[in-house]
Amino acid sequence: MAQSKLAALIIGGVVLLLGYMSVFTVSERELAIKFRLEKFERADYKPGVYLMWPFINRVQKFDRRILTLDAEPERYLTLEKKNVIVDAFVKWRISNVESFYKTMSGDEQRAGERLSKVINDGLRGEFGKRTIQEAISGERGEIMKVITAQIEEQSKQFGIEVIDVRIKRIELPAEVSTSVYRRMEAERARVAKDLRSRGAEAAERIRADADRQRIIILAEANRKAEQLRGDGDAQAAQIYARAYSRDERFYQLYRSLNAYRNVFNKQEDVLVLDPKSEFFKYFNTPAGR
Amino acid sequence: MAWNEPGGSGNKDPWGSRSPEQGPPDLDEIIRRFQRKLAGLFGGGSSSGGKGNAFGGIGLIIGALVLLWGLSGLYFIKEGNRGVVLEFGAYKETTGAGMHWYPRFIQSVQKVDIEAIRSIDLGVNSTSESLMLTQDENIVDIKFTAQYKVSDPRDYLFSVTDPKETLQQAMESAIREVVGKSDMDFIITGGRGEVVVQAQKLMQEILDKYHTGLMVTSLNMQDAQAPQQVQGAFVDAIKAREDEQRLKNEAEAYSNDILPKARGQAARIEEEASAYKEQVILQAKGETERFLKVLAEYKKAPNVMRDRLYLDSMESVLSKSSKVIVDTKGNNNLIYLPLDKIAGRGTNAPTAPAVTETAPAAESDTAKQTAPSELRTHEDLLKREVR
Repeated sequence: MAQSKLAALIIGGVVLLLGYMSVFTVSERELAIKFRLEKFERADYKPGVYLMWPFINRVQKFDRRILTLDAEPERYLTLEKKNVIVDAFVKWRISNVESFYKTMSGDEQRAGERLSKVINDGLRGEFGKRTIQEAISGERGEIMKVITAQIEEQSKQFGIEVIDVRIKRIELPAEVSTSVYRRMEAERARVAKDLRSRGAEAAERIRADADRQRIIILAEANRKAEQLRGDGDAQAAQIYARAYSRDERFYQLYRSLNAYRNVFNKQEDVLVLDPKSEFFKYFNTPAGR
Repeated sequence: MAWNEPGGSGNKDPWGSRSPEQGPPDLDEIIRRFQRKLAGLFGGGSSSGGKGNAFGGIGLIIGALVLLWGLSGLYFIKEGNRGVVLEFGAYKETTGAGMHWYPRFIQSVQKVDIEAIRSIDLGVNSTSESLMLTQDENIVDIKFTAQYKVSDPRDYLFSVTDPKETLQQAMESAIREVVGKSDMDFIITGGRGEVVVQAQKLMQEILDKYHTGLMVTSLNMQDAQAPQQVQGAFVDAIKAREDEQRLKNEAEAYSNDILPKARGQAARIEEEASAYKEQVILQAKGETERFLKVLAEYKKAPNVMRDRLYLDSMESVLSKSSKVIVDTKGNNNLIYLPLDKIAGRGTNAPTAPAVTETAPAAESDTAKQTAPSELRTHEDLLKREVR
């Protein structure tokens, strides 16, 4: 009784084990190939649970997700024979697991090497056609597109789908960088000089304008002043004329005498006089002449 | 054969009697009982034994395991998380917040936080990462931080091998591409915002292309400046900009200084002219008034007035100045008059008039200079004239 129960238990266990062995799951992340006695049988599995013969079938799984190939930065020559260091990466995944297994024997590492070789060749070609300027700026996207297209064709036979080839970095080698820095410095120096000179120019303009304004203001003031003076002189002349024309002869006398008085009023003034002049009428003869 | 067989541990139906009143089964209890059953099964002798007993035990074990299995399928999803349910490895559904149940071994659940915002840096840690080439072949030192969250839990889990690494690559690639399309001045001055917007857009495009299930919520340019090596020159250029302003301001200051002064000076000139005008007019008025007063008197006795005025004036004139009286009538001798000496002495004469006085005859002067106040005799002068 006990033995039969034990046997039943063992048999049950074996059946369970066999049952477990005859089932395999393919997860959302995986691709699978089923081999029958090491011969390829089936690969088009969607995620889910499937049956297989234990010991007769073998299942190998591959990653279904997008894989990254981040190659080491490489030096390339541009059209003008300048070196640039380019760091690119590739996003790829296994699209046809059957041909992937057959061509790469299912080795992701090997596939990566293969891909990076193709990409390096592609990049070398594309950079060789372009100047640094073009490569850095506008045509970065263009290069990536061309290489993606190239590699797509070649990778199809490996059962690989290349989703994207992207250039991560384009850098200048260290020795070129220093000369770039020197150029940048020179450029900044030029800008600085330009700014300072512009400042000086503007300052000079402002000063000159101020000086001009000052001169004009003063000239204008002088004009007005002269006008006022002339006005004054004219009015004075009018006043004089009106008064003096009352008796011109007397004015002559009066003015002359005043003038003499004003002219000869210093000791240095030397007068050489004729004793016969009017003034000396009584000088020699008291009776007068 | 069944659990309700007499014997065993005295319990009848494990489902019916135990669970409702005691809640989840006690694990220790179960294990202990299981061991006991095993001992009964194999050893046979130790306990009362019997087949009914043994099978009843197995049933109990199976029941307990089923219960355990059932309970272990309960799971809770926190607010802001999602549960991704897989059935035999294949995607089945995504569950939201709350309590859920899944059949263990058939399905599995992976929880993903879709609200948490995580951040990733570029160029903050290493300098080589932050140095980028610009369109004009300059090198700019630029640092970014991106914030992201999971937008699609299914893609996030199953699409890409390493979403975080992919994010880093997408970020660097996108930013460098945008920077490579911009000029340095644009980046470090006005174009920051635009660079960030473009880079974020491109980054998201790349991430969507790979179905990473990630969403960039924000991208910040932390710092954009010239590399260390050329910092000095850039600082100087900025200083130059300041200098430009300073020079202009100084000139403005100069302008502000001289123009008001000039206006003041102009006002002074005008005022002075105005004063002159008034002055000459008033002077003319004064003089003419005086003249007219005198004229009025003159009219009354013209001859006397004329003589008086004449003599007054001559007196005043001659008393103030030096004079030489020369009789020129019928005299064709040349008279030498050292006028310069006379004039020269005139200036310092007042101090030493006596010296000249002491020897007038001894000197062979033909003329004699006299101080204005001195009196000269008529004879004295005549004598000289004769000689």
